[in-house]
Amino acid sequence: MSDTPSMKKLNMIEAINDALDVMMARDDSIVVMGEDVGYFGGVFRATAGLQKKYGRTRVFDTPISECGIIGVAVGMGAYGLRPVPEIQFADYIYPGLDQLVSEAARLRYRSAGEFTAPITVRSPFGGGIFGGQTHSQSPEALFTHVAGLKTVIPSTPHDAKGLLIAAIEDNDPVIFFEPKRIYNGPFNGYYDRPVEPWARHAGGAVPEGYYRIPLGKARVVRGGEAMTVLAYGTMVHVAEAVLAEKGVDAEIIDLRTLVPLDIETIKASVEKTGKCLIVHEATRTGGFGAELSALVQERCFYSLEAPIERVTGFDTPYPHSLEWAYFPGPVRIGEAVDRLLKA
Amino acid sequence: MSDAGVLRMTDPSRSNLPPLQLHVPEPRFRPGDAVDYSHLVIPPAGVQPRPDEGCAASETHGLCLDLVRVLGEDHKAVGPWDPKLDPESLRRMLRLMALTRAFDDRMYRGQRQGKTSFYMKCTGEEATSIAPAMALASDDMVFPSYRQQGILIARGYPMVDMINQIYSNKADKLKGRQLPIMYSAKEASFFSISGNLATQYPQAVGWAMASAIKGDTRIAAAWLGEGSTAEGDFHSAMTFAAVYNAPVVFNVVNNQWAISSFSGFAGAERTTFAARAIGYGIAGLRVDGNDPLAVYAATRWAANRARANGGPTLIEHFTYRAEGHSTSDDPGQYRSVQERSEWPLGDPVARLAAHLEALGEWTGEAHAAMDLELAEQVKAAAKAAEANGVLGHGLHHPFRTLFEDVFEELPWHLKEQSEQAIRERRIKWPEWKED
Repeated sequence: MSDTPSMKKLNMIEAINDALDVMMARDDSIVVMGEDVGYFGGVFRATAGLQKKYGRTRVFDTPISECGIIGVAVGMGAYGLRPVPEIQFADYIYPGLDQLVSEAARLRYRSAGEFTAPITVRSPFGGGIFGGQTHSQSPEALFTHVAGLKTVIPSTPHDAKGLLIAAIEDNDPVIFFEPKRIYNGPFNGYYDRPVEPWARHAGGAVPEGYYRIPLGKARVVRGGEAMTVLAYGTMVHVAEAVLAEKGVDAEIIDLRTLVPLDIETIKASVEKTGKCLIVHEATRTGGFGAELSALVQERCFYSLEAPIERVTGFDTPYPHSLEWAYFPGPVRIGEAVDRLLKA
Repeated sequence: MSDAGVLRMTDPSRSNLPPLQLHVPEPRFRPGDAVDYSHLVIPPAGVQPRPDEGCAASETHGLCLDLVRVLGEDHKAVGPWDPKLDPESLRRMLRLMALTRAFDDRMYRGQRQGKTSFYMKCTGEEATSIAPAMALASDDMVFPSYRQQGILIARGYPMVDMINQIYSNKADKLKGRQLPIMYSAKEASFFSISGNLATQYPQAVGWAMASAIKGDTRIAAAWLGEGSTAEGDFHSAMTFAAVYNAPVVFNVVNNQWAISSFSGFAGAERTTFAARAIGYGIAGLRVDGNDPLAVYAATRWAANRARANGGPTLIEHFTYRAEGHSTSDDPGQYRSVQERSEWPLGDPVARLAAHLEALGEWTGEAHAAMDLELAEQVKAAAKAAEANGVLGHGLHHPFRTLFEDVFEELPWHLKEQSEQAIRERRIKWPEWKED
């Protein structure tokens, strides 16, 4: 990707803010709401300036009630609006879970298309910021398990904007998890080294105005022959750094959308490389890596030359002081890469 | 003495304190008990004040602990809440309530005859859906719970479509996906019924907020049972409605029973359900739910208030669930059968009929003739629906519809699963062809 006059350098927060701005200007049915999103512009500043530009009836603060935020969004969707609620941290989403799982996800089905829930729930997720167990979780597998929800996770400012626009335009409910560890730069897992800003990363070049990245399309971050690496969000950058450090010619795939999943890109890659490494930050048991592993095994078994490797967070709550012991960083990934190389 | 008790007794510094006691509510009457409702405070009709629709919410708070009543013991309409409906409107109200009751009777029998899996009657509670439906504008959006079939009937939604849904047949507009009576009728401004409790409450607030954002004139109304006021969704909805002054009417149908749990398990031993409005600072009214004129007047008051940007109102309809929760429970197992006959607020259909008779606008003969006619009307609709099939008899929606509407477009994994389902079908019935 090269800089052109229509590109600007943005960090992920700015790219998300830009996507909301572009869409609110295009479509007056879009409303943005959530805790602290109005005048203040959000605790991560993702909605900064929007209330001033679009007014208090389109961008507003809400009571501290995730059940209420999602439930109200479902009703607004039934009216014909296109709400984009923010849940301040993914860890806070559980009081709204029934409204997502039993209501938003099933409304189209249960009403045979009479009512739909064209809602995009934005929420910062993931750890590595010393957030402790209530500001660090990666609960994506709870949502990928639900029929009727789409789950999207960007890994660059460029993708964040294009995917968020596609999510807002989608007529089904979308969970849009933003890896907050990479809001300001592509953190690569080496927490003892400085993080490069997005301005120096190709993914920080963001087209101005409207553009969309279709949901359900993965991105091949890097072509390679030695193994296929499946990752999303922060872990794309961690995996990329570890494999570069080790000099392994891996094919790294950024899934971008977990549901619907780009199975064709995954299948083509694993059939080529014969090895598969899955990396996510979420806890291991029942994590989305288990689904990926099953799919690869079902579809690529006769191409596999080694057992599929899963690198994940541990099955513990996200710790505070021992955050880096929990985090699936370079050592854990490196060990798995070595096993695959030796196989 | 439990181990914990022993431990407590061994702590000498606390030995003089009384043991703590857990209060587990218990209803006054269980199967076999004689029922005496003299503890219920039933004020006379006509004495409750009617504040201006634009009043401060606090002016209604006395009414949250009172009971708005219009129809007196002499069957005359009295007091400031009398909506002064003309005889034609009263007869229409009576007819719609009677039609709802006739519909319930027929569908209940249909379930017992194996034509469907499940049914829920609203016997004794007809006024709480018919009167509000008449008091609201026909395009006000309603977010019902599962016992407001009267709204669809009042709005003229085709009865045969309701029965198609109940029978889950090939003409069911919901494609056989929902449990019977979980209707959805956008054309009647009737939101899809969930089956999960209280979820419709914040949704109604969201719809009302959207209507206000867009400068519309339509308002929203929501219903739930008193038991469901314990859900977090109820309280989220109340908070949002209060915060944004949303144009919404909340109806709590207090029919005394949540399946087998009496209203005490939702807090009725402490205060009324209308009193929830006091804590949220919104308008509240407690109404005789078996008095259709009081229900109509209260809804009208709340709807006018909401439409004039006066904000939300919580209305508790104090009524009685005359029959079981659904076809799946036998109320004789958990409550006294005398409760129904002893209920001090009577029956809404009988009370409205008596009122019309007192006005000289109705007779017993007319009522009997109406009941016969309505039974025939329901019978004809049921027959027409049965031609489209009943549950489990093979006349359902095309097979592929199982996978449709999960998403707007069919993703690859559902295509694969759809192919598998068709394969399974061909294994079981080799001659089967997709319809």
